[in-house]
Amino acid sequence: MDTTIKKSATPDSMFTSKLQGLLRWESFLVLIVFLVCVMNSYLSPYFLDPWNLSDATFNFTEKALIALPMAMLIIAKEIDISVAAIISLSSTLMGLVAQMGAPVYAVAFVGILAGAACGLFNGVLVTRFKIPSIVVTIGTMSLFRGISYILLGDQVVRDYPDGFEFFGQGYVYWVFSFELVLFAFFALVFYWLLHRTTFGRYTYAIGNNPTASYYSGIKVDKHRLILFTLVGVMSGVASILLTSRLGSTRPSIAMGWELSIITMVVLGGVSILGGSGTIAGVVLAVILMGLVTFGMGLLNIPGIVMTIIVGVMLITVVSLPVLITLYKNKKAKAL
Amino acid sequence: MLKRLIYSREGVLSIIVLAMFFGVGVISPDFISLSNSVSIFNDTSILIMLALGQMLVILTRCIDLSVAANVAFTGMFVAMVNQYFPELPMALLIFLSLFIGALLGAINGLFVWLLKVPSIVITLGTMSIYRGATFLLSDGAWVNSHQMSESFIGLPRYEILSMPVLGWMAIVAIILFFWAMKFSVWGRNFYSAGGNPMAAFYSGVNVGKVQFYAFLVSGTLSGLCGYLWVSRFAVAYVDVANGFELQVIAACVIGGVSIVGGLGTVVGCVIGALFIGVVNNALPIIGVSPFWQMAISGLVIIIAVIANATSGKDKARIILRNPNANDEIRAN
Repeated sequence: MDTTIKKSATPDSMFTSKLQGLLRWESFLVLIVFLVCVMNSYLSPYFLDPWNLSDATFNFTEKALIALPMAMLIIAKEIDISVAAIISLSSTLMGLVAQMGAPVYAVAFVGILAGAACGLFNGVLVTRFKIPSIVVTIGTMSLFRGISYILLGDQVVRDYPDGFEFFGQGYVYWVFSFELVLFAFFALVFYWLLHRTTFGRYTYAIGNNPTASYYSGIKVDKHRLILFTLVGVMSGVASILLTSRLGSTRPSIAMGWELSIITMVVLGGVSILGGSGTIAGVVLAVILMGLVTFGMGLLNIPGIVMTIIVGVMLITVVSLPVLITLYKNKKAKAL
Repeated sequence: MLKRLIYSREGVLSIIVLAMFFGVGVISPDFISLSNSVSIFNDTSILIMLALGQMLVILTRCIDLSVAANVAFTGMFVAMVNQYFPELPMALLIFLSLFIGALLGAINGLFVWLLKVPSIVITLGTMSIYRGATFLLSDGAWVNSHQMSESFIGLPRYEILSMPVLGWMAIVAIILFFWAMKFSVWGRNFYSAGGNPMAAFYSGVNVGKVQFYAFLVSGTLSGLCGYLWVSRFAVAYVDVANGFELQVIAACVIGGVSIVGGLGTVVGCVIGALFIGVVNNALPIIGVSPFWQMAISGLVIIIAVIANATSGKDKARIILRNPNANDEIRAN
C-alpha cells in the first residue's frame, strides 16, 4: 500500500498527495463499515437497536482483544497461531482452580498468569533456538490444547465462583458491556504502545529489517520475547472473558479462533510480511467483521456462509493493492 | 556409508520410530504382527500422501493451509455425484476427484504465482471458502454409507497381496515422488526455487511457476485423498478432516522439511508421517488415554524443530536463514 502511494506522488503535486493520503486503507475500511451499517439497517429494522448492537459486540470482543497484540507481533515479522490453545489451557487451569474453591480474583489471576506463561514459553523457543515462530506455535498449539485434554479429558467444568460471570456477562453502564469497555480500553493502550512509544517504533523497525535493528542497538530478541508474552497475557484475558461468558470450560473451547484473529489483523491492513500496519486499522476491521456477522445473523444466514465471506474479504484485501499496482505499471508502460 | 545413514536425520528418525514400534511390541506382541503393521501403514496412507504434497509447497517457501478443506470439498463432491449417479464408473469418479482437487489447488497457486501474495494469507482464505463451499454444496446434509455405491466404498479396501489399495496408492505416491524429487529437473526445481529464489531466478527457473506447480500437486493429492477419506470412513459431511492440515504440516516438520524452504526429503517426510501414525496407533495399546495424543504430538514437533535448529554439524541445514531473502525477487 504505502509503496504504491510513495511511487506515484511527485514532489510538485501536493494536492494529489494529500488526496492520496485519504486513500489509506483505514479510510477504505471506514467506508465499508459505513456501507455495511446502511445496508444492514436497510435490510433489517432490528439492526439499529442499541441493545441488539450491544449484543453483537460479544461476538468479537474476545477475539479482538487478542488481535491487538497479534497485530504488533505480525508487524514485528512474527506470528502466533497458538492463541486459541492458550485460551483453552488458561480456561482449563482457571476451571481447576475454581473447583478447588478459589475466589473470583484468584481465578482471574490464574487465567492471566497461565496466558503469560504460555506466551513466554513461545517467546523463549523462538528467541533462544531461533526457530521460525510459525513452526514453534504449530507445535505449542497442539501442546497447550493437548495439556487441556490431559487435564480435563471429556469433562466440563462449571463450578465457577459467584461474581465470576461479571467479566463476560456484566454491563458497566447502560448498553456498554464490561467486555466492550475493556476492549476500548486496551485498544487505546495498544494504540499508545504502538504509535506513541519507542517500543512501538522498535516494533516497526524490527519488522522492516531485523538485522539492521539489531546493529542499531535494539534488543531484538528481548523485544520479541515481550511481544510473545503480551500476546499470551491478552489470550489469558480473553480466556477469562470467554470462560465467564460461557460459564463453562471444555478443552475444545475457542477451536479455530487463531484463524479469525489473524484474519482480523490482516483485514486491518497489517502486512503479513511485517513492518506495516496500524491499530486503528485493526479496530476498524474488528468492527467490520462484527457488523457483517451480526447483520447476516439477523438475516438468518448460517455462520458457515459467513466464513466464506470472511475468506473472500481476506483474499480481496491482500490481492487488491497488488492488482492496482500491476494495472498502474501496465499503464505506465503503455505511456 | 552406514555411518552416514545412521547419522543422517532420516536415519535417527527411523531409529526412533522403529524403537517406538518395537517398544510397544514388547508390551503387546500383536502390535508388531505383519497384519497390524500393514494396517498401521494403511491408516497413515492419507497422511503420507498429503504430507508429500505439502512438502513440495513448503520446499518453495510457501504453506498450504487449505488441504483439509480441499479434502472435505472434493470428498463431499464425489460422494454426492456417487449418490445421485451410482452407475458412473469408479475411474471417472477418481478422475473427477483428482480434477477438482487440482482445480482448488490451482486457485491457490495462481494467486501466489501471478499476484505474489503471501501463501499463508491466500490459503487461510481459501481454507474457509472451500469449507464453506462444502456446506453450500451439501446444505449441511451428510452422505452416509448406504447412499454410496458398493464399489465406491469397496475400492480403497480391495486387497492386493494382503494390503488394501489405499496403502498401495501411498506406496505408488512415495515411489513417484522419490523418483521425481531425485532424478527429474522438474523435482529439483522445487529445491532450487526454495533454497535460493534469487539464484534460481537468474538460472532461468521461474520461481512463481514452480510454486504454482507445488500447489497444483498438493491440491491434486488432496482431491484424491478427499475421495479416499470419504470412502474409508464411509461418510461425507462438512467437518471432514477438520484441522487435519496441522497434522500434515506436523508430519513434514517432524520429517525434517525446513519451513523456510529448500530443504527436505521424501523419505524424511514419509517417516515423519509414520511417526504420527505409530504414536496414534500405539497409545490405546499401551493404555495411555487418547487424550494424551495431542500433547504428545505437540511435544514431538517442538523437540524435532529444536533438534533441527541446534544440530550445528549439519551445515546444509539452513533453518537459521532469514526467510525474507526472496522479498527482493517478489518486489521486482
